[in-house]
Amino acid sequence: MSLVSIKDVRKSYGANEVLKGVSLDIKRGDVTAIIGRSGSGKSTLLRCINGLETFQSGSIAVDGMAVGDGKTDLRTLRRHVGMVFQQFNLFPHLTAGENIMLAPTVVAKEQKGEARAMAESLLEKVGLEGKFDAYPGQLSGGQQQRVAIARSLAMRPTVLLCDEITSALDPELVNEVLRVVEQLASEGMTLILVTHEMRFARDVGTKLVFMHHGLVHEEGDPKALFANPGTPELAQFVGGIH
Amino acid sequence: MLEFTFSVILENLLLATRWTILLSLIAFVLGGVVGLIVLFARVSHSRALRTLTIGYIELFQGTPLLMQLFLFFFGVALLGVEVSPWVAASLALTFWTSAFLAEIWRGCVEAIPKGQWEASESLAMTYTEQMRHVILPQALRIAVAPTVGFSVQVIKGTALASVIGFVELTKAGTMLNNATFRPFLVYTLVALIYFALCFPLSWYSKRLEGRLNVAR
Amino acid sequence: MLYQMNFGDLLPYWQVLARGLLFTVVLTLVSTVAGIFVGTAGAWARTFGPKWAGTCVSIYVELIRNTPFIVQLFFIFFGLPAIGVKMGEAEAAFLAMTINLGAYSTEIIRAGIQAVPYGHLEAGSSLAMSRWEIFRHIVLKQAFMKVYPALSSQIVIVMLGSAVVSQISAEDLTYAANYIQSRNFRAFEVYLVVTGIYLALAIALRALLRGIARAVFPKG
Repeated sequence: MSLVSIKDVRKSYGANEVLKGVSLDIKRGDVTAIIGRSGSGKSTLLRCINGLETFQSGSIAVDGMAVGDGKTDLRTLRRHVGMVFQQFNLFPHLTAGENIMLAPTVVAKEQKGEARAMAESLLEKVGLEGKFDAYPGQLSGGQQQRVAIARSLAMRPTVLLCDEITSALDPELVNEVLRVVEQLASEGMTLILVTHEMRFARDVGTKLVFMHHGLVHEEGDPKALFANPGTPELAQFVGGIH
Repeated sequence: MLEFTFSVILENLLLATRWTILLSLIAFVLGGVVGLIVLFARVSHSRALRTLTIGYIELFQGTPLLMQLFLFFFGVALLGVEVSPWVAASLALTFWTSAFLAEIWRGCVEAIPKGQWEASESLAMTYTEQMRHVILPQALRIAVAPTVGFSVQVIKGTALASVIGFVELTKAGTMLNNATFRPFLVYTLVALIYFALCFPLSWYSKRLEGRLNVAR
Repeated sequence: MLYQMNFGDLLPYWQVLARGLLFTVVLTLVSTVAGIFVGTAGAWARTFGPKWAGTCVSIYVELIRNTPFIVQLFFIFFGLPAIGVKMGEAEAAFLAMTINLGAYSTEIIRAGIQAVPYGHLEAGSSLAMSRWEIFRHIVLKQAFMKVYPALSSQIVIVMLGSAVVSQISAEDLTYAANYIQSRNFRAFEVYLVVTGIYLALAIALRALLRGIARAVFPKG
C-alpha cells in the first residue's frame, strides 16, 4: 500500500490551470525526485501534499489521512509531513536550537529537556554540533538549510517534502545540504524532492517523476529514465540540462 | 490680589502637566490593549471581522479627534450617565489611540515574510501559536520605534481634552492667560513644556529606527 | 429613559453648515499648497542649502512636531499680538495650518530627496548642471513621487486637525456645529452629522489626491 496517494488532482489560479489531473503513488521509503521546467506545477503539487495550497478536485492521502477533505485536521496531517523550503524560512528571532525545539515544545508539548536533547542530536546529525546558540543570521546559507532540515525532522515526520532546497544556495554550499539528504535517504526516510539537481535525482532517487504542463508526463526508475527517456519532452529536458 | 509672577505661572503650568501625563498614560495603555484586540481582528482569517475592523479604523482615523471628544462627551450623557471630562477624554483618546496603534502594528505584522507563516504552519502550529511564537515576537521588534513615535501624537492629542473642560496643560494655559493677560509668556511656556515631554520620545523613536536599519 | 434622536432640528441651519464646510475646504486647500511650498523650501535647506539654514529648519521642524497644533494656534492668535503682531481669526488659522504642514512636509520631502540615488546627482553634475538645476530638475520630482503617499496622509491629518481652528472662532465646520448646538440644544445630533461630513471630506480628499497623482506622475 502506498504511503502517499495522489489521485487526479486539479488546481487552477483563476483561468490558469496549473495541475491538470495529477496522479501519483509513493511507497514508504521511496526517494522521489520531481523534475520539470519552472511552471510545470511541481512545487504546487508538493505544497498541496501538506495543505499549504488547496486544490479544486481529486484527492491526496498521506498514511491514510485525506488532505483537504475537511474531515482530517490539517494540523494532525502536518505533524506527519515535514517541509523544507527553498528560502529556509528559519525564525530569525530564535537560535538554531530554539528553531528546532519550537514545534516539539509548543505543538507536541514535549518537555524542554527532552526537546533540547533531541535538538542537540539532530544538529549533530546534520553536522552542526556546537551551533545550538547561533542565530540564523550568523549562519551560512548551507548551514541554515541544514538547521531547517533538522527543524522538520524534530517532529519525526513519516514523509519529508523538500521544495528546491538547494536553489537559493551558492554552488559551493549545495553539496553539504545534499549529503544530509542522502544520509536521510539511506536511513529509509520517505522523501519527496522538487529539485534541479539531476545527478542527485539519478544517483540517490529511487523514483523519478517528470512533470510537464501540469501533468505527470513520465515516471519510473531514475537511472533507466535518464539513460532512456521515454518521451521527446524528457529527452529534451534532460539534454538541455547537461 | 495674587501676584502672578513668572514662577507662579510656571508652577501652575507644571502642576497641570501632571494631568496631561496621566491622561496620556491612560490613553496609551488602554489604547494599546484595545489596539491589540483590534489588531488580532484585523489580521484574522475571518472576513467579517476584518471588514468590521477596517470600518472601525477608518472611523477613528478619518474624523477629527475633536469631534470624537464631543461625541463621547455629549453621547455618554445621553445614556443618562453623568460624564466627567475625565471619562469622556479617556474614552475618546483610548479609542482614537487604539485605531492608530492597530494600524501601525498591522503594518509590522504584514512586514513579516510569508515564508514565516508557511514554515510555522508546516510545523502544525495553530494560528494563535503562530502569532504567539513566530509572528508577534518579530513584529514587536520593528513595532517599537513607530509605537514610541506615536506616543508623541497621544500626548499632543490630550491637548484637545481642554476643549471639553478637562484642566490639563493647555486648559491651564488658557486659564492663566485669562487671569494674567500675558499670552506670549504663557503660551511660550506651554509650548516648551509640551516640547520637553515630546522631544525625548521623538528622539528616542528616531534612534531606535536608525538602529533597526543598521541591524538589517 | 431612552433618548430620542432628532435630526430635524438641524435643517434650518443648513446654510450655516454649508458656510462652515466651505471655509474648512478653502482653509485646507490653501494651507496645503502653502504648506508644501514651505516644506519644499525647508527640505532644500536641509539637504542642499547652507548649514546654518539647515540647522534653523531643523529647530523649526522639531518645535512644531513636538507641540500640539492647538497650542501653536493659540500662540499665534493670542500670543503674537502681545508683541505687536496682530491678525484676524481666519489669517491666524491659515498661518498656523501652513506652519504646521510645512514642518511635517519638510521631513517627508527631505526623506524623499535623500532616497534619490547619489548617481543621479553625479550624472547631473557631469552634465554641467548647477546645484539648483540638479535639485529642480532631477531631484524634486523623483522625491515627490517617492513620498507622495506619506504626504497625502499628512494632508488628510492636517485637514482633520483643522477642526481646532474653531477654538479661536475661525468660522469653520466645527465652529458651525458649536453655533448650531448652542441654538437648538441638539449637541449629539449636530456633532454626529458634522463628524459624518468630516469623514466624507477625508474620503473625498484622498480620492482627489489619488487623482492628482494619476494625472501628474508617469505610470509604473
